[in-house]
Amino acid sequence: MSLFNLSIKDLHKKLVTKELSSSELVDESLKRIQQVEGDIQAFISLDEEGARARAKLVDERISSGQAISMLAGLPTALKDNMVTKGITTTCGSRILENYQPIYNSTVYEKILAADSIMIGKTNMDEFAMGSSTEHSAFHPTHNPWELAYVPGGSSGGSAAAVAAGEVYYALGSDTGGSIRQPAAFTGVVGLKPTYGLVSRYGLVAFASSLDQIGPITRNVEDAAYVLQAIAGHDHLDSTSANVKIPNYTEALTGDIRGMRIAIPREYLGDGIDPKVKDSIAKAVKVFESLGAICEEVSLPHTEYAVATYYVIAPSEASSNLSRFDGVRYGTRYDSAENLIEMYKKTRSSGFGAEVKRRIMLGTFALSSGYYDAYYLKAQQVRTLVKQDFERVLVDYDLILGPTVPTTAFKIGEHIDNPLTMYLNDVLTVPVNLAGLPAISIPAGLVDGLPVGLQLIGKHFDELTILRSAYQFEQNTEHHQLKPQLGVKI
Amino acid sequence: MSYETVIGLEVHAELATKTKIFCGCSTKFGAPPNTQTCPICLGHPGVLPVLNRQAVEFGIKAALAINCEISAETKFDRKNYFYPDLPKAYQISQFDKPIGKNGWVEIEVDGEKKRIRINRLHLEEDAGKLTHLDNNSGTLVDFNRVGVPLIEIVTEADLRSPEEARLFLEKLKAIIQYTEVSDVKMEEGSLRCDANISLREHGAEQLGTKTELKNMNSFRNVQRALEYEEKRQAELLNAGQKIIQETLRWNDELEKTFSMRSKEDAHDYRYFPDPDLVNIIVDSDWVNSIKSSIPELPDARRARYTSDYGLTAYDAEVLTATKTVSDYFDAVLKHTNDAKSAANWIMGDLLRYLNENSLEISECRVTPQNLGAMLDLIAKDVISGKIAKTVFKEMLETGAEPEVIVNEKGLKQISNEGEIAEIVARVLADNPQSVEDFYNGKEKAIGFLVGQIMKETKGKANPQLVNKLISTALLKLPLL
Repeated sequence: MSLFNLSIKDLHKKLVTKELSSSELVDESLKRIQQVEGDIQAFISLDEEGARARAKLVDERISSGQAISMLAGLPTALKDNMVTKGITTTCGSRILENYQPIYNSTVYEKILAADSIMIGKTNMDEFAMGSSTEHSAFHPTHNPWELAYVPGGSSGGSAAAVAAGEVYYALGSDTGGSIRQPAAFTGVVGLKPTYGLVSRYGLVAFASSLDQIGPITRNVEDAAYVLQAIAGHDHLDSTSANVKIPNYTEALTGDIRGMRIAIPREYLGDGIDPKVKDSIAKAVKVFESLGAICEEVSLPHTEYAVATYYVIAPSEASSNLSRFDGVRYGTRYDSAENLIEMYKKTRSSGFGAEVKRRIMLGTFALSSGYYDAYYLKAQQVRTLVKQDFERVLVDYDLILGPTVPTTAFKIGEHIDNPLTMYLNDVLTVPVNLAGLPAISIPAGLVDGLPVGLQLIGKHFDELTILRSAYQFEQNTEHHQLKPQLGVKI
Repeated sequence: MSYETVIGLEVHAELATKTKIFCGCSTKFGAPPNTQTCPICLGHPGVLPVLNRQAVEFGIKAALAINCEISAETKFDRKNYFYPDLPKAYQISQFDKPIGKNGWVEIEVDGEKKRIRINRLHLEEDAGKLTHLDNNSGTLVDFNRVGVPLIEIVTEADLRSPEEARLFLEKLKAIIQYTEVSDVKMEEGSLRCDANISLREHGAEQLGTKTELKNMNSFRNVQRALEYEEKRQAELLNAGQKIIQETLRWNDELEKTFSMRSKEDAHDYRYFPDPDLVNIIVDSDWVNSIKSSIPELPDARRARYTSDYGLTAYDAEVLTATKTVSDYFDAVLKHTNDAKSAANWIMGDLLRYLNENSLEISECRVTPQNLGAMLDLIAKDVISGKIAKTVFKEMLETGAEPEVIVNEKGLKQISNEGEIAEIVARVLADNPQSVEDFYNGKEKAIGFLVGQIMKETKGKANPQLVNKLISTALLKLPLL
């Protein structure tokens, strides 16, 4: 049996009993990367040397009888928008192609403190703007299930790396679905925690009021372990919530009998692939068989969520990305005659088309004379979207639907049509607007490509999401399906 | 034609917090360039601001001191523009919910009190400092100042002359200095001022087109720049020309203003609430506790000094010009009842000595208690006012107690009549010419004789006694 079929808990046991070493796990990861990375291209950079050195330290710790954390010794990967001191952090952009951060993000500090082994930094749509990872300035990433298809995005590299068995788990960031959508497209588990649960310090900001870091894993239990390691208040992040962190794994096994699950009719309406709808209908049956009560509800402002999101996120981004001006770090256009030309040339050659499109959108929406009609109006609609959820979540424990209206699309299919690309986010962006937690878990295959099931919970109620997802997983076999790459996993 | 001048001011003051407003870097002035920086104030990718509570408290304190209403809920907004001294390419400032609004400051113009309304006081972060090298060879940037907390105070257009503007600034500076939230040193840039000025015909309601003046680095320059601009605008208007709305830069050496940018070039700052920060709720308990920490302000002290101690308006003004001096004066009064003498010694010998030696009053070696003790020695005729000058100099230099100096140096006044009479007799005998001059009506001769007596006693003879005894002695002498 390949190591990649083992859960985090099993791997941990084998490390503690010295049946396996961290160095072996790292070797296995690097071997796998060597085998499949040519096809997948999930990574922007690898840190083989650093990974081996850290693995050795963990092995020494184990052999000297020291206790290790649950994630200790396990190879992982971080999306390349989480800063890692001295390790290039590009955000998938030319403008940061050679940028070496001078400090660590809080999540990376936590990964280091847990003794987990970061193998490399994963590919992403430039500055997390995109749903396909095609907007990476370096190369696209391929879906391990069908190489001609996108892995989703923007955390496409992290999702593909986990799905292709290159690492045991990875971290992604989710601004409008960027963890859940690629998890759905690649048949893995992706959790977007409640806004404020995981520190954003050191996550290069796309849209500050929406961004949230979360785990991408091969099963729900692993997601619980990873969340346990990265959640918690951070005094360096003013938007980080000071809440008590529960034990996420202990709660997995409770049953879900009597749990009330809402199914928004807007999530199964026009524009949703009928085959995806079928998969979701089957999933509902599973939940009902486990004693959950599933009822149809309405989230009437769903149709405005994408428009709202595409005003708020670019507005914040236009400001957040202003710091990339070539003055202090990053790629600078050097032959400019004057300051203004340096700014213009640095930014127009440093950013890709999608990033520039969003900067312009956001700049327009915030400009005087348009602010009220766009940004302010979007904030008002955001409140309505949030209230939709709050109303439903008074009577229900969870909201269930597809993660994405379709399965993965082909590389190049939507690249020239930003609007169809944006509509891919229709079921994920409302959750970010409301700051709620949500998970995407495998719900089977349609024409050989994975379908994602999305479960949305109350603020800071990751427990209910994880428990119901775990119960679903225990009673289905979807998560055991693996992509058939050239080499058998 | 003569016009009415209308002026409004924008004043920035750096808050004297230990650390910056959104990170833990030191705010100390004068450190080597770029040594007080971190990833946060340098605006590196991924960093987040965390608000310094002290900065908010200082902002509230300053706002209360200029009679502002304090907003129960306030927030921070981003002001977006590109410039190399602004690492994030946005300044975190306050747009529509400033921490304080609708205040006022009272000034005195030609003996009349006048209230200048304050539109708002808000908090923001400072930018870095650019140094342009000679020959266009480049520009250096020092980020030490980035993120130092600032308050911006915006007046209504209530000022009617450049002189009023200067009076207002002096008053505002004194008030802020009393609250101790800022060093308010214009030369170190911890106080800065921009001015808007326009002219209109007397009696007109509508304001004329304004210009904005920048780069005035002293109160005097603010007044001069405004006077220059007042004249320039009047000449344009008299010539039937229009004023162009623009930003002008004052050149101190040439004593002229120069255009920096016109209204068309004005930035659209695209303000929006900073999503990295949360709204701040300012509850009334907090405001009250800050209010109770505000000391007695200069106006109140001045009133007290003239009414309670009978000081002249001028003396009260001098003593209250800085809080430290006023505090010192108040402390001396705990050790003496002679407020007038205390005021004279402080405004005279003490401030002169500090000025000559470039010292702050906090560095003064004479404690208020010792100054009080010295005044007591004078009052009790232990030393004369003249000897006191010597004693005080010694106190300033060594910090010794006046009694100790007087004893050690034997400076005690000679008040023994017999002893002085003897010396008088000797001096008169030794200076027959002067005595003769005196009898011939040269009154000045008596001064010489007194001087000789003082010389003999090293200045210690009680001057009143000397005068009395020398008069008696001269009257007693037989006519020559």
